[in-house]
Amino acid sequence: MSGAPGALTFAGRLLRRQLTLALRRPVAVFNPLLFFAMVVALFPLGLGPAPDRLADFAPGILWIIALLANLLSAEGLFRSDFEDGSLEQLLLSPQPLYLSVLAYVLAHWLLTGVLLAVIAPLFAVMLNLPAAALPVLVASLLLGSGVLSFVGSIGAALTVGLRRGGMLIALLVLPFYMPVLIFGAGAVEAGLAGLPVAPFLAILGALFSLAAALGPFAIGAGLRISVDA
Amino acid sequence: MADVEPLLSASGLALERGGRQLFSGLSVAVRPGQLVQVEGANGAGKTSLLRILAGLSRHGFEGRVTRSAPLLFLGHHPAVKGLLTPRENLRWHPAGEGSHDDSAIEAALAAVGLYGYEDVPAHSLSAGQHRRVNLARLYLSTSPLWLLDEPFTAIDRDGVAALQALFVSHAERGGAVLFTSHQPLAVSYRVDAVVLGAELAA
Repeated sequence: MSGAPGALTFAGRLLRRQLTLALRRPVAVFNPLLFFAMVVALFPLGLGPAPDRLADFAPGILWIIALLANLLSAEGLFRSDFEDGSLEQLLLSPQPLYLSVLAYVLAHWLLTGVLLAVIAPLFAVMLNLPAAALPVLVASLLLGSGVLSFVGSIGAALTVGLRRGGMLIALLVLPFYMPVLIFGAGAVEAGLAGLPVAPFLAILGALFSLAAALGPFAIGAGLRISVDA
Repeated sequence: MADVEPLLSASGLALERGGRQLFSGLSVAVRPGQLVQVEGANGAGKTSLLRILAGLSRHGFEGRVTRSAPLLFLGHHPAVKGLLTPRENLRWHPAGEGSHDDSAIEAALAAVGLYGYEDVPAHSLSAGQHRRVNLARLYLSTSPLWLLDEPFTAIDRDGVAALQALFVSHAERGGAVLFTSHQPLAVSYRVDAVVLGAELAA
């Protein structure tokens, strides 16, 4: 019999487990994309189809939808594991919780943030965003959605034990989403205006590093509180 | 046997739930080779005691718990994902403990009577079979101490006998099992008892 797996091997297994679980229920993966598509399709109806007006609003619209799609999917991140006892097992594991939590958040980021960032240019074209701003849109969404996944997971960890945590998680995490929204949409605006985008992306990158370094501690502590209660 | 270092010891445990004192001044020590059965009526605090001993409950009780060995905890929830097969459930188990190679997993599933079900999605299995997937972890475990909450629930008679035999062989190898159950163990091995709610009845 071999002993317990190494910490990185174990985190890799958890990541595969999360991705396999998500891909066997593709509805959960497509829901955020469908949400994105619906809202993008509604804005021209609400604002009027004038191309230049849509282009003005496009950075803000795209970023707000990405943020809400992330919030909606973050809520359920630990739900099923909490209900079926997997979370207890994870907390009792001799493996470092930091890396385990990182695997969960990474899986969430890949399935929502990265997927949305890759699809976003398609929706951006529907809102008449000039092609020159597309690379910065994708870059800002990639970095920013990583921060959103970490912050959203903290909220999900704290509210997973509550029967109706939906509204509470929004109240908890939305204030922390604001900087990401401001700098993310700001980056795309700057790209549109031909201004340098590097400072905006650097700030998003700094937020991402901070969230990745400290977020897992907060998520782990939140999970312990939720399972203890 | 008292001179052997305990795998788990707790002293002065007291717990109050909903205005009722479930237990107080409770001391538990589990040493290698011991089978300990926690008994008590429904609501006597068996599950709460196990969660305290395992380290899942860290607040809201008095006393101190010392864990000096890796432990395996099986609770009420089987922690089996319906979307994964039994093989995947064990290979990617979030407890991150024990053996994970394929032949060992197959042998463990065969030992709990799930031979031929290795690659069937777990949602097509019955509740009892879910429990058996969870119990297969005992065959893969490398932890000396097992904390099991109602391990015989939803397990058929042959399964219970096999499980009890496994407890004995684990204890003989120097492991220890602390479990809650309402039924007495039918084994020729010494079983120690921790009875909850006894002082209330007396």
